[in-house]
Amino acid sequence: MQEEIIISGFGGQGTLFAGQLLAYAAMDSGHHVTWIPSYGPEMRGGKARCTVIVSDEEIGAPLVRRPSAAIVLNIPSMEAFEPTIKPGGTLVVNSSLVPQRSERDDIRVIYAPATDIAEELGNARMANVICLAALVEATGVVTLDEVKQALEDHLPARHRKLLGLNKEAMDKGAALAKAGGGG
Amino acid sequence: MIMTKELWEGNAAIAEAAICAGVEAFFGYPITPQTEVLEHFSKRLPEEGRVFLQAESEVASINMVYGAACAGARVMTSSSSPGVSLMQEGISYIACSEVPAVVTNIMRGGPGLGNVQPAQGDYFQAVKSAGHGDYHMIALAASSVQEAIDLMVLAFDLADKYRTVVIFIADGAIGQMMEPAEMPPLRPVRPPEERVAWALTGAKGREHNIITSLYLGAENLEQVNLRLQAKLKKIAANEVRWQEYSTEDADFLLVAFGTVGRICQTVVREARAQGMKVGLVRPITLWPFPSARIAELAGRVKGILTVEMNAGQMVEDVRLAVEGACPVRFYGRMGGVIPLPDDILPELDKLDAGVASGREVQS
Repeated sequence: MQEEIIISGFGGQGTLFAGQLLAYAAMDSGHHVTWIPSYGPEMRGGKARCTVIVSDEEIGAPLVRRPSAAIVLNIPSMEAFEPTIKPGGTLVVNSSLVPQRSERDDIRVIYAPATDIAEELGNARMANVICLAALVEATGVVTLDEVKQALEDHLPARHRKLLGLNKEAMDKGAALAKAGGGG
Repeated sequence: MIMTKELWEGNAAIAEAAICAGVEAFFGYPITPQTEVLEHFSKRLPEEGRVFLQAESEVASINMVYGAACAGARVMTSSSSPGVSLMQEGISYIACSEVPAVVTNIMRGGPGLGNVQPAQGDYFQAVKSAGHGDYHMIALAASSVQEAIDLMVLAFDLADKYRTVVIFIADGAIGQMMEPAEMPPLRPVRPPEERVAWALTGAKGREHNIITSLYLGAENLEQVNLRLQAKLKKIAANEVRWQEYSTEDADFLLVAFGTVGRICQTVVREARAQGMKVGLVRPITLWPFPSARIAELAGRVKGILTVEMNAGQMVEDVRLAVEGACPVRFYGRMGGVIPLPDDILPELDKLDAGVASGREVQS
């Protein structure tokens, strides 16, 4: 098994953290994993993305041109990564901020109104974990419980009061994927 | 104590590994993409009761390293390409003075200010030594976060063993990425009474020690040079390190280090899946270079492809090792572009086609 996952959005949307959470879950469940961010003269509101590779064997290249899955949290990310996903792969779209639909018929697409759901729950910044849960549910790369455990183990202390809410958000994201992801 | 794997960012891991290896003092100046090395040290060294100092420049940093090393401390600095250029004069002084020191270079795109993306353009600087005079640094190159940790510990041990400068090089990708890794046990720093005999510790009740890089007499300085060369010869004989993948039955050999070294592991897998028998030699010590092993393999394979994130630097050492025994082709990307397996596989096909047709395959 090897999954190559790109998580992309604006700086501030938690793309890097969502990737780290996935990396922790993968590590704690005994997989090989690499997490690598895009970096440079970046800023809040600028582009932010990371690549996470989860594998059963030692990971060579930590970057890929054609990922097996992607989460796109904004329009520029949709435009950049939707065409690159491998046939048979998975795309999670934050449909609250990305109005367009994918024209691919060879990938699985889950439209998650993640920012709206997160706002209803009380914090728009949870859109990242909603999409991550949908991706995890759709791909089976790790289990939702493993991601929740990773969140519990690695959420920074200053955000601990949001733990319960984050788990609730994840359940909603996973449910969307289970239901077919038409949102 | 049971050690468990943690998710470590490369830069933070480099700093923590140095702390585990017993570094007493760090002097440095921030520069992307390795500022997290300083960030981690600035938090952790005071916690351990050790010294962290942000100097006013890289020139100051390396001279503080020189001073602390003369006093017998385990000491290091860290920077990225332009900053390491600034340190070369000090490194040459340290090499001549024969005191142990560790320098890390998390390479970025160059020349000049360049950019902050991953690159390997400082191979010549690390391996041929950009400072003046006749010397080499031991140059260690990591291709994963775990290897960065292991090599940092080795760097301090080799620096002490040979009283020499060890340069640890990686690129921005290794510095910024996170991987599961395990830290070695935390070594305490050496207590002052266990300072090495040559250190400048105040000469109380003993003859004074002299550490210098100034020898005005030609014959004196030649003797110093002969001693340095004898030491380098010993290092070259004893400290060559590399890793091989699938070389046993290889028709073609890849040679690559650092980030490209690990990318070429994927290339080996993908090429073999397509029926091409490819192996990989990944040098871990860039100096001393695994020339003997590459020469041996060159006698068995049809051709060699060297891949680097530069315009072709290590390939010169590969060609020196191969001495024409087989064709050596080069593929490189510059400016912070990372070559991926899709880019490298066609280069193997070109090598194969060139060998089959007997054409010149050098590029």
